[in-house]
Amino acid sequence: MQFIKRFSQNYGAVLGLIILAAIVFLAVAAPLLYPGNPWKTVGMPLLRPLQDAKFLLGTDMLGRDIAAGIAHGAKVSLLIGVVSTLVAVLIGVTIGAVAGFYGGRVDDILMRFTEFFQIIPTFAMAVVLVAIFSPNFISITLAIAVVSWPSVARLVRAEFLSLRQREFVQAAVVIGQSGPRIILTQILPNAVSPIIVTASLMVATAILTESALSFLGLGDRNMMSWGFMIGAARTMLREAWWMSFFPGFAILLAVLAINLIGEGINDVMNPHLRGRKQ
Amino acid sequence: MHNTIRDVAYKGEISMRKVVTRLVTAAFLGCAFVTGAAVAQDSATPAAITKGGTLNLIVQPEPPMLIVGLNTQGPTLYVAGQIYQSLLTYDKDLKPLPQLAKSWEVSPDGLTYTFKLQDGVKWHDGKPFTANDVVFAATEFLVNAHPRWRLIREAYVESVTAPDDLTVVFKLKKPFSAFLYGFELSSFPIMPAHIYKGTDYRTNPANATPVGTGPYKLKEWRRGSFVHLVRNEDYWKKDQPYIDDLYFRVIPDAASRAIAFEQGTVDMLRGGDVEGFTINSLSSQPGIQTTTAGWEYFSPQMFLQPNLRLEVFKNKNVRKAMYHALDRDFIVNAIFFGQGKPSTGPFAESMLFHDPNIQQYPFDMDLAKKLIAESGVDLSKHPIRLLGLPYGSSWDRLTEYVKQQLEELGFVVSIQAVDAGGWLQSIGKFDFDLAFSFLYQFGHPAQGVSRIYYSDNQVQGTHAGNNGGFENAEVDALFRKAADALTDAEAAAAYTKVQQVLAEEVPILWIFDMKNTTIYRDKVKNPVRTAIGLNEPMDDVWLSKK
Repeated sequence: MQFIKRFSQNYGAVLGLIILAAIVFLAVAAPLLYPGNPWKTVGMPLLRPLQDAKFLLGTDMLGRDIAAGIAHGAKVSLLIGVVSTLVAVLIGVTIGAVAGFYGGRVDDILMRFTEFFQIIPTFAMAVVLVAIFSPNFISITLAIAVVSWPSVARLVRAEFLSLRQREFVQAAVVIGQSGPRIILTQILPNAVSPIIVTASLMVATAILTESALSFLGLGDRNMMSWGFMIGAARTMLREAWWMSFFPGFAILLAVLAINLIGEGINDVMNPHLRGRKQ
Repeated sequence: MHNTIRDVAYKGEISMRKVVTRLVTAAFLGCAFVTGAAVAQDSATPAAITKGGTLNLIVQPEPPMLIVGLNTQGPTLYVAGQIYQSLLTYDKDLKPLPQLAKSWEVSPDGLTYTFKLQDGVKWHDGKPFTANDVVFAATEFLVNAHPRWRLIREAYVESVTAPDDLTVVFKLKKPFSAFLYGFELSSFPIMPAHIYKGTDYRTNPANATPVGTGPYKLKEWRRGSFVHLVRNEDYWKKDQPYIDDLYFRVIPDAASRAIAFEQGTVDMLRGGDVEGFTINSLSSQPGIQTTTAGWEYFSPQMFLQPNLRLEVFKNKNVRKAMYHALDRDFIVNAIFFGQGKPSTGPFAESMLFHDPNIQQYPFDMDLAKKLIAESGVDLSKHPIRLLGLPYGSSWDRLTEYVKQQLEELGFVVSIQAVDAGGWLQSIGKFDFDLAFSFLYQFGHPAQGVSRIYYSDNQVQGTHAGNNGGFENAEVDALFRKAADALTDAEAAAAYTKVQQVLAEEVPILWIFDMKNTTIYRDKVKNPVRTAIGLNEPMDDVWLSKK
């Protein structure tokens, strides 16, 4: 209750939540709002927005409904964003927790391994991974996860290093709890708030990465996505602006909403910032 | 300078046409601006030709080299066409015209071809061009380095000899009706024997400084920026070429190329330099001419190739249904912005022996579904992969469209995303289900069409053979009969029959004959004169100083 009350005092976060809820609604309701396949030609090619009342946002060069593409694309963008973030958090937390808790040589090995991933520019690496494993939903999700877990790992390790020294952890060690049990039941619950904040922002990054991959033609060619729509429309920017504008605006809204929410959660969960908004 | 009768006749024909055009121009002076596109390029009298100037062009992508004997990709041909030459070229009706050969004779039995060469031709380094260079190209250089000439020579050529410095004689083992159609730049580039004889052609240091007989010489090639050619002062056509400098600029992005043309940085765009929709918006601007001529020799045809080794595509009704399910007018107009014309069959419309009176497959989804029902095949049990060509946005849209249409028919289709290398690898190893492809038809069906259908031409590693695995003894026999024919009438009869058989079999879905639009400013006169278009030496092109 305290959480909701404090969160709702942050107007930006509430606005983000509303936008995100609308996007989620759009993604879930896409099959009802725009039944059938978004790839299908349904009208004349290159109709401007509102030129035909049936096509609110116009049609693209093959006569496909832009609005239908955005609704169906929402599902893809959100799904890839959330799933890849979950995978990245899973990898990052595991490696960070083990490294931070056990320290010493284990820490050295795991952190050198993490740095190996950190020194490669993330987007370039995602491009290479997707290109190698041929673009499809799974390879894209995994590629995004693989390039984004190191920051989680470093964060979790830092939290663990500091919590490891606290009395309640020392006590757990003394009474003979096993390492994994201490990690899962003692330390992790206390480190969870920064993880949630980072994860929420990572969803936004993942959506952007997926869009960028699709824009470059490395998306799943069988799924409609926002990045793909912009990439396909890019060459005709001067002739048909609406084809790239609306999917671009959708990406902007989604990423902005998630960032606002992440900021809101951060304010609520970070004890040092309590009262900042008052 | 001494002209042969053939030469005179050719020039006479041109000037007659110019007279007529001028009359027409005068009569319709009022609307000359509107009809200008069609007549402007011929309307100038020879006296009005102005010399000098610089012509700015685009070469896209940048060629790997300019040695056309070693590389016959489009960009190489475009630039090297000004440097190197061949024996012949072809007019827009694919009739042979003289180039380095000033006349030729074919013996009545079709076995001996005698070419008389132009005299006074010099290589760019001052050495004389002689019949020995032609013999060297035909028996050594191209046999080693040129994929198409090697096949022709192996199958048909008995010997190539030079009785004197200006005569070359080709003796054939058996008649080949297409033989005279394989002597333009991309099929038979002539390389200097005095530079290449006895060397390793590919590593010869002279490859950096091409030496040809053409109207322009290489001055400077700044990689990633431009290729600069200058006028060959010793060119064998007196007083030609007219233009002093040619710049082939390298601009990697399609939108930037369009802007460069709009701003006047370049004067001419070749087919493929800009996207289809840009062609339409550019050509509607004042002071700009367009033509789709100059591709008759190549006649590129785009097709959808089913892998006939798969069970589902072995059924003829399934193939016919797929053909009926595609709205090819929509493909040409909406996806390729009018840059083409739906194919009527296996021969492109501008090809020799093209016969439009064969079975047609208009867009008809109901008929297509009926054919599938008749075939008794459950398409959902045969998921297929669709291999698209990675050549730009129109090709991507085409892949998406075909997937939609086939799924409406009941197929389960997944798109394979590949790059150019991946495409070649899949199609070259026959590891595809349904693939887009396009091929040049090279002036004669025996050169560019039959290779897709011969049962024994299923060779891996290339995209230009019988990759679909079509096997039909009647088609093989007809193509061979036509190739060995002594007269055009005999060949035509066999080609008509083979078109009928192929139209019934539908081993390939012929989508459309591709059109390439050349866009140029008014001041560029006479840019497209023959069936090889802009690959032709620009020795007749000039710039008006308005």
